[in-house]
Amino acid sequence: MSKGTLFDKVWDLHTVGTLPSGQTQLFIGLHLIHEVTSPQAFGMMRDRNLTVLFPERTVATVDHIVPTENQARPFADVLAEEMIQALEQSCQEHGIRFYNVGSGNQGIVHVIAPEQGLTQPGMTVACGDSHTSTHGAFGAIAFGIGTSQVRDVLASQTLALSKLNVRRVEVNGTLRPGVYAKDVILHIIRKLGVKGGVGYAYEFAGTTFEAMSMEERMTVCNMSIEGGARCGYINPDQTTYDYLKGRDFAPKGEDWDQAVTWWESIRSDANAEYDDIVTFDAAEIAPTVTWGITPGQGIGVDECIPSLDNVAESDRAVMNEAYSYMNLQPGQAIQGTPVDVCFIGSCTNGRISDLREAAKIAEGHKVAPQVKAFVVPGSERVKQQAEAEGLDAIFQAAGFEWREAGCSMCLAMNPDKLQGNQISASSSNRNFKGRQGSPQGRTLLMSPAMVTAAAIHGQVKDVRDLL
Amino acid sequence: MSEVKTVSGRGLPLRGSDIDTDRIIPARYLRCVTFDGLGAHAFADDRAASNGTHPFDQPQYQGANILVVNGNFGCGSSREHAPQALQKWGIQAVIGESFAEIFFGNCVALGIPCATVTPDHATQLQTALEADPSLTVCLDLVALTVTAGDLTLPVTLADGPRTMLTSGKWDSCGQLVANADQVRTTATQLPYLAWGAA
Repeated sequence: MSKGTLFDKVWDLHTVGTLPSGQTQLFIGLHLIHEVTSPQAFGMMRDRNLTVLFPERTVATVDHIVPTENQARPFADVLAEEMIQALEQSCQEHGIRFYNVGSGNQGIVHVIAPEQGLTQPGMTVACGDSHTSTHGAFGAIAFGIGTSQVRDVLASQTLALSKLNVRRVEVNGTLRPGVYAKDVILHIIRKLGVKGGVGYAYEFAGTTFEAMSMEERMTVCNMSIEGGARCGYINPDQTTYDYLKGRDFAPKGEDWDQAVTWWESIRSDANAEYDDIVTFDAAEIAPTVTWGITPGQGIGVDECIPSLDNVAESDRAVMNEAYSYMNLQPGQAIQGTPVDVCFIGSCTNGRISDLREAAKIAEGHKVAPQVKAFVVPGSERVKQQAEAEGLDAIFQAAGFEWREAGCSMCLAMNPDKLQGNQISASSSNRNFKGRQGSPQGRTLLMSPAMVTAAAIHGQVKDVRDLL
Repeated sequence: MSEVKTVSGRGLPLRGSDIDTDRIIPARYLRCVTFDGLGAHAFADDRAASNGTHPFDQPQYQGANILVVNGNFGCGSSREHAPQALQKWGIQAVIGESFAEIFFGNCVALGIPCATVTPDHATQLQTALEADPSLTVCLDLVALTVTAGDLTLPVTLADGPRTMLTSGKWDSCGQLVANADQVRTTATQLPYLAWGAA
């Protein structure tokens, strides 16, 4: 078992005790909830006559079902309206802070908690959403949970969990131009596989991550779960502290100094022991695009779709399924694949730096006539900031639609959906069959800059040619 | 809560690796405030695409309660709607090569054991069930075996979840809530709670 890592330290500090099953009862420092996975949890609370133990440690917002065009209430989708009302009512009833649409603070739960300084190093963070791993970027132990566990956290502020192993995923060196944090994590998942991380927490370490901004680190940690790792984290450092300082919920005054001292103390020790270590060279990472139906089916944009040669017997069925579903052939270049829809947004890549990178590429160009392209800011604050910088005008001049904040076409629970077998270039996190709202819809995952390049050319394009 | 020591019945083979929870229950069915009625929509899109040949639609597997899968079953989204949909369809246990972690935990919370077998044994079991869907399947969490006709295969299930299931304590909520005093004590040791955040 690992020893002396941030994961070990934070785990030990939050351990309440050992349960009869041998599992750990773990205190959850920050609980985030949204409209999709919490209503049934509140229902279970009512059925059992339970109350919320630490209402001040839970924060709610609405993100998955919100329309991004017309947000007037009641929502046109009566089911979505019912869900937002259920959350409004539950939060009011239990005294839970709720960032509603129009509050100026609403957005994707994994965007708003960091931007408000709610997420801090050394915390345990849980949310009924698998992309909770995002918060690990701050040196928090953050993971997704199911609805019964949302109930457990509401009722006890704890979870019954088994400790994970820790794998140090080291990437060293400088990323080449046109290569972004998204490419780094797609590359890691390509190499380690979509189930390579099962049973592990990923500690992302090395000079490449050290050089990244907080938003880039969030992109990396966000997709830990796509590699099978329930949580991923990066040790906190000056970049983390600079990001946090002055944010709404960040410690202030003397507390700040104490906090920094404590945060430094929870970093993995220099002689920490890991259950596994893997190393990558940043210079080997190219702009990466997925071609198939799992996030592990990624290739460099200048590569061809792989054949079954050298593929393990156990992976062949999924490869064949991917060729057939995607209607793409082995040996075919991914570059030049025509796209119908271009989506920039999501908890992976819907932050201000993502929009800045995309706007840089879009400026002075036009979206190809046959392409529908739209930008969905990750939060109301991101939207406001982007508009203050004039990014909305750049996108709109280029032919992108500029929308309101939400999860949107990442999972298509709102009206933003692919139609038929449309193919999208998407800055989101999952290319599963049917993920973007059409049972035949197809998704190519890539960085926001690459999505923009695809929008302009109407096909997958190497963004390095546009830099 | 009932003890889950054995699950007996008929098996349903579902071949394929990396079957994610979006496939088990597509996101559009998550527009709800209860889990009622999800069973009818389990694998909705896969079934529609299979024109009646999906095992969940085949007459010989109706009434089956033990799902036999391959690798990385339940990956992706943390939606508990996925095991809820399977359970409401009639599934009481899942046997497979490997499971995504959040899905596995969600299943335990519903009293559904996810037992692991080797890749070869998963395929062997699926082949046996395809040849004879009427086979009686028995998953024994005490002996850690699965039997199907003449086949008896070893299964694994981590001690913690296994104990929770076999002792009938798979719903952890009561135990967690009972320790509220210790929870408050732990909270006092966390420096960040004193910094007035949130």
